[in-house]
Parts: sequence; C-alpha cells; structure tokens
Amino acid sequence: MSSVARFWRKIPQRYNLVGTKCTTCGRYFFPPRSLCPDCRRAGKIQEYRFPGSGKVVTYTVIRTASEQFEQMTPYVLAIVQFDEGPRLTAQLVCRSDEVRIGMRVRPVFRRISADGESGVIHYGTKFVPDGQ
Amino acid sequence: MRDVAVIGIGCTPFGEKWGSSFRDLFVQAGTLALEDAGISGEEIGAMYVGNMSAGRFIEQEHIGALIADYSGLATGHIASTRVEAACASGGLSFRQAFIAVASGIEDIVVAAGVEKMTDVGAGASVDALAGAADREWEGFVGATFPGLYAMIATDYMNRYPLTREQLAQVAVKNHYNGARNPIAQFSQEITIETVLSSSLVADPLRLFDCSPITDGAAAVVLAPLEQAREYTDTPVRVLASAQASDTIALHDRRDISTLDATVAAGRRAFSMAGLSPRDIDLVEVHDCFTIAEICAIEDLGFCRKDEAGKLTWEGVTALDGDLPVNTSGGLKACGHPVGATGIKQVCEIVSQLRGEAGKRQVDGARVGMTHNVGGTGATVAVHVLGV
Amino acid sequence: MVGIITYGAYIPRFRIKVEEIARVWGANPDDIRGGLGVHSKSVPDMDEDTATIAVEAARNALRRREIDPSEIGAVYVGSESHPYAVKPTACTVGEAIEATPVMTAADYEFACKAGTAAIQTCMGLVASGMIRYGLAIGSDVAQGAPSDALEYTAAAGGAAILIGADDPVAIIHRTCSFTTDTPDFWRREGQGYPRHGGRFTGEPGYFRHIEGASRLLMEKTGKGPKDYTYAVFHQPNAKFPQRVAKVLGFSPNQIKPGLVVPVLGNTYSGSSMIGLAATLDQAKPGDTIFMASFGSGAGSDAFDIEVTDAIESDTFSRSAAPSVAALLEDPIYVDYAQYARHKGKIVMQK
Repeated sequence: MSSVARFWRKIPQRYNLVGTKCTTCGRYFFPPRSLCPDCRRAGKIQEYRFPGSGKVVTYTVIRTASEQFEQMTPYVLAIVQFDEGPRLTAQLVCRSDEVRIGMRVRPVFRRISADGESGVIHYGTKFVPDGQ
Repeated sequence: MRDVAVIGIGCTPFGEKWGSSFRDLFVQAGTLALEDAGISGEEIGAMYVGNMSAGRFIEQEHIGALIADYSGLATGHIASTRVEAACASGGLSFRQAFIAVASGIEDIVVAAGVEKMTDVGAGASVDALAGAADREWEGFVGATFPGLYAMIATDYMNRYPLTREQLAQVAVKNHYNGARNPIAQFSQEITIETVLSSSLVADPLRLFDCSPITDGAAAVVLAPLEQAREYTDTPVRVLASAQASDTIALHDRRDISTLDATVAAGRRAFSMAGLSPRDIDLVEVHDCFTIAEICAIEDLGFCRKDEAGKLTWEGVTALDGDLPVNTSGGLKACGHPVGATGIKQVCEIVSQLRGEAGKRQVDGARVGMTHNVGGTGATVAVHVLGV
Repeated sequence: MVGIITYGAYIPRFRIKVEEIARVWGANPDDIRGGLGVHSKSVPDMDEDTATIAVEAARNALRRREIDPSEIGAVYVGSESHPYAVKPTACTVGEAIEATPVMTAADYEFACKAGTAAIQTCMGLVASGMIRYGLAIGSDVAQGAPSDALEYTAAAGGAAILIGADDPVAIIHRTCSFTTDTPDFWRREGQGYPRHGGRFTGEPGYFRHIEGASRLLMEKTGKGPKDYTYAVFHQPNAKFPQRVAKVLGFSPNQIKPGLVVPVLGNTYSGSSMIGLAATLDQAKPGDTIFMASFGSGAGSDAFDIEVTDAIESDTFSRSAAPSVAALLEDPIYVDYAQYARHKGKIVMQK
C-alpha cells in the first residue's frame, strides 16, 4: 500500500511540472528548490511552471519492470532535458524503435500507476515525440 | 591516527541459498572470519554490518542488534551498527570499522555485510532494489535499476567507441574468473554469444549484462597494525579508505557516463595511500552491470574515458593481464548479495595479497583496490590494501 | 450572451477495425459494417483513461484561447467510465489545468449525454453570474462486452467546452431537454459491462428522446432545419443520426462535418461533443448549429448555437490545438489481442 500523502504532495510537479527559478542567477530547478545552490541566501526564488518542451538525453526500453509496472512492458524510459536546463526521468509514449538521443518531446497527461485495484490512481506526465 | 590491518576474512558461498536464513548466513561468515583471525569473540570491541534492505526482503530492521545477538556477542554488549548505502553498504561498513580502529577508539572490529534476497519474489526484489535510486523521481515513473544503468550505457555508447561485443566481454571475463572461485554463484564460463543472445532486460542491457539476485554474507576482522602479528602471520594493511557522494538521481548528474563520486573517492584514496593507478596490481570494481565496470576502470583513473572497452577486449583486465579486474568473478559471476559485496571485495583482495587465491591467484600481487558503488553512483567507497 | 468561449477534443491514437473484431467472434464484417456504418473505433493506450482524456481535451481547449484558469469557476466531467466510483474526475481535471482551488466541481453520469448535461449546468451558472467560466467535458473509455454488438462501436475519446459570456466564439441561444425513465441501456453498480434492450434502444430510446428534445427546441426558437448550417446528433453508429436527421428534416450535408462515428466509433459521453467540435473546427462566423445529444436512461439535450466573429478573431486560435480531423489522422491499428490488453479485458493474476 503506497503512501497517499507522498503522492498528493507532489501533484503540482507531476501534473503541471511546477518547479522554481532563481531570478538572481537565472537558474531553473525541477523538482523545485527553495534555496539556490549557487546564490544560496542571496538568491530570489520564484515558482516556475515548465511548459515541458525539451529533448531526449538518453533512454532505454524497460522489459522487466517492478510489480507496479509489469503490465506496461515494454516501455521507453528516458532522461529528458527541458529547454530551460533541468532534467528529469520519464516514460516516453512512442515505439521503442522511434526514440533517438536529441529527439524533441512535449508533455502529455497519463496514468503512471495505481496502488492495486482498489487504491489511489497516480496520474502524471509522460512525453511524446514532438514533430514540430 | 594509527595503521590498520585485516587479520581475518570469511565469506559464505554466494547464490540462491534456500536453506539458509539471513541469520544463518551472517553467523556462517562471521564464524569463518573469526576462525581465520584466530579469535574467539571476546576480543571484538565493535561490529559494523552492511545491509541494504532487510526491512524489504525479510521484514526485519534493527540489524545491528540482531547480528550481535546471533553472533553470541550480545551478552558481551558490544557496539553493533548497521550501515546502509544501498549496494555500497559493505564498503561503508568496512570504512566505519577502519575509522573505529584507526582512531584508536576500538582495537578489534568486525566489518561485515549480509543480504538475503531470495525470500521474496522477483517483482518485490526489483522494487526493493529500486530504493537505491530516487524513489520519487526515478522509481515513481517506472525506472528500474537495470533501466538506469541501461541509460548510462545508451549515453556512453552514443559518445564513446564501445562496441556491444566489448561490453559483453566484461561478463565473459568475470565468468571465467568466477569459475575459479569456490564461493561464486556461477561456476560456468560463458561466451560473447551467451551474452548477446540472452534476453533483453532494459535495452541495450541483456540478462547476462546484469548481476544476479544473490544470498550471501562476508566478514573481515580489523586490528591495529601494531597488534596484528599477535593474530596472524599475514596481516594485510589498509593503505587508504575513501568515500564520496553524488546526486541520488541519475538525471541530476553532471555527466551521465561518469560517476563523479568514483572519481572523487578514487583520488582521495590514491592521495591517502600516496599511490597512483599504476601502483595497483589488481582491483575489485562494482560491476553491477557490465557498463558499470567499463565506467569504473576509467573513472578510477586506470585509463582514459574511452579506453576501457578496448582494454577489456584486449585482455588487459583479464586474470593474466596487466591489471586484473574482478578476479573474484565480480558482482556478475560471484553474485551480488547487496550489503555483502563490499566486504567480499575486501576478502578477495586480502586472499590475493596473501597468495591464497588458488586457481585465480595473481602472481606477485602486493597492492589491491576495492571499489563499491551505491545506486547509480550516489555513494562510492574505495579502499586500498597492501602487503 | 452565454456561449462557447473555447473548445478542444482528444482522441487516442489506436484503432481497431470492425473486421478484426468480427474475425475473433466469427461474425460477418460486411454485415456489421453495413448495419452500423462503422469501420473502426478508437482504443485507448494502456495508460489512458477517462481522466487523462478529459485533461488532454481541456488542455487543448485552453491552448486555443488565453484564459486565466483561476477564473474557471466550475468543472463538470460527464462519463460512463469514471476511473473512480467515488472521487471526481473533475477534481483531477481542475488540478491539471490549474483551476483549483477556487471552483466547484462534480462528476456527471447520464450515459452518453453526461457531457451535454454539464454544458447546461455551466450555462446556468454563467448566466446567473455565479461563475465567469465553466468547463463541461464529456469523456469516455467505453466498454462493450466481448462479442456483444456494442463491442464494435464502444470507443474512447472526449471533448471539452468552456462556457462563458465574454466574447464567445459561438453563442448558445437556447437549450431544451426531454427526459424520461426509460431502461434502454444500463449498467448496474459493480458490473463491468453495460446491458441493453436490443432493438428497444431505437424507437423508445434514441429516436423518441432526440425527436422530443429537437421538436421542443424548434417550437421554442421558432426555427426549423432550414435555418441551420449544420446539425450534430449523438452517434452510437452512423445509421441512427442519419435516420433521425432525415426524420427531423435535416439534410445529409448538414450532418456531414460532425459525423465522425464511421472511423471513431461511439465515444459515449464524448460522442455528440466531439461531433460538435468537428463542426466548430470548420465553422465560419454566422454559421448556425443544431445539436441534440442522447443518453440512455433516457434523455436528450438540444442546443441552438450560432458561431460568432470571435471564432476568426485574434483572441481565438483554432490551429493552436489539433482539430478532430487531425486527431483522427495517422491511427495505429491494433489486433484483437492488443486491443483486449489495452482495454483490460484479459483477466490477470491479482
């Protein structure tokens, strides 16, 4: 049984890619940081919602997954880099032979997992190849 | 600070040990180490036990106390501590023991590691191991441990000239060595074909690129060098102990194909020992996946960032090469009971430096190194031992 | 004037052909295609459900017009396949479009017309001044029991309509409903698949209620079929909307742009709303649209809609989100086994 609160706490990040930006040095953070590691106390932190466009840095195709994801295999997992700089790990919705390093992607809203048949459904963001 | 030596070692056979419980494994390794050191137990001042996830595998926490109890040392009320850093738990356990003795606070200290992984099903195992990575930002979205290392492999192979065959050779070499190690989980030699025809786990990594699920335990006994000769004729000195950390999530690393924590720990270790890579006669690196060995050899400074594949292919890291890597069989062939691996690595180096490594003995081995990694590189422990 | 501020649709990329389903059950595909006028239907991806479809449709709507989501005062999602029996899809949508927390929300069920019921509710809330914008969504991942007639058409998709009074792209002049207690098609709590009354779903169900609501609307507005550029009817198959259009006096050309069921299938709560979206995709200022939804149980909501200049103004960008035609392009066809896997029809070890 997974934690209800742990998932809920991160909904702004999972649904809407809400991070932060240090307006002092211009660095972006995802997940959000309330303290800029470069500017430290001198950094002014603001909420920033990433539009989610970015590119694939590296990837793999998961064929053996943990229990929660068993039914989804094979699926593409990648490290995506937002245009603003931060990176995150995410599933790609595409064929395993479609993915390329450097491929442009955009975010979509999908069902990530569920806590069994009767538990909470975890929604979040995956990425699809962005033709344009 | 005083010099520290290893005076005893012990390893259980590694593998799927259905008949052995977590407690059985530990006691077995501990007993072997104590016998090897020629001590009975009352001499022990403290114990450190590396264990990643007894809570997830056997629903047991409070491992320090459990181990002291089952070692028969609880009645002596020794200080017993569990150390956790995912797959680097063993390496950190060794470092903590080293610090206890080097500082003068303790004299005889046991550093051990144990993991009992087969009491749960494969799915639960994969999920427990994913705790070595970033649960919130990697595990939650469906990343698995092999998946993360596979992404390192994809990035590496996109930037450096590593072929799929060279990568497979890592596993072939380690199986060759493992076949000569009586405690190894796998005793069969394999070929490149075995690796390349095994099923894909997370592209491009196949089954034979991945270390297995293993039960096992290992233990070593440490003493101040000045007292070591009271216990053994073959004390092995700890020349350096180093530890480093890095971001837990792979996506937050400076460079996906370089484990900066390995680079940092390696440099610290060489500096402490006053040595450089060419002084090392053999090294046990953390080959949880074949790509990890490639990166380790480079990141420790044994060669340039794009050379490890070629060196492996050319046999430089083979048992009879210039720099034997993973004479124990590595994690791949010897097995990887997570918390025990870091201690097993020490046992292997000590064996080799004592000239007791039998069919896999490296001639003239005088200085050895161990490299133990937690997660995808968030913790690294490096030790140098010598005679 | 209350109307449609913006709209959006979402259709999953996968499709299964009628002949593939027929192959598995030993039915004659020509008979099915001929009888229903449907060639294929949409299939959700394994990680798509009513909520994800609703969010994508809503996000598509918001891409077309600059709206401050915090001004959305209500979100209603109509569906027969809400992911939770208790815990509204509307809350997930509200969160995903950043309309929370200052808003009201609820989920609706009224078979295939739950989405249009949401439109009516939003119209009332806007007209009364209670809210500035209301979001009405019809979204479904419809389930048809294996080998049942409905399996050939039960599809996945959704549309989102934002209702407001500030410069709508289409004014909704009037809405009328015709509702009775008619057991033509139903699903009991806890059951996986719906059941239906066979041919009873026709005259006493679909036709009686659509004709009822439509005639009522025409009476109230004093307008007839010739006064409309387009007409959109609920599309459980291609035959029913074609027949009811004819009965009411609409021409095949009037219903053509909105008739997407032949390749899409029946998206249940999304059905008439996706038809409306497809019609709006190519509508011009001044065009008028007659829409009548139908939901089993049973009822029909009819709407008198007029497209305004705003649809071609700078404030609205139709091309900022995919049209229904674009969403229907480039499908990925699956076989029955893949389809069954996607739809969760294969019994897995729990």
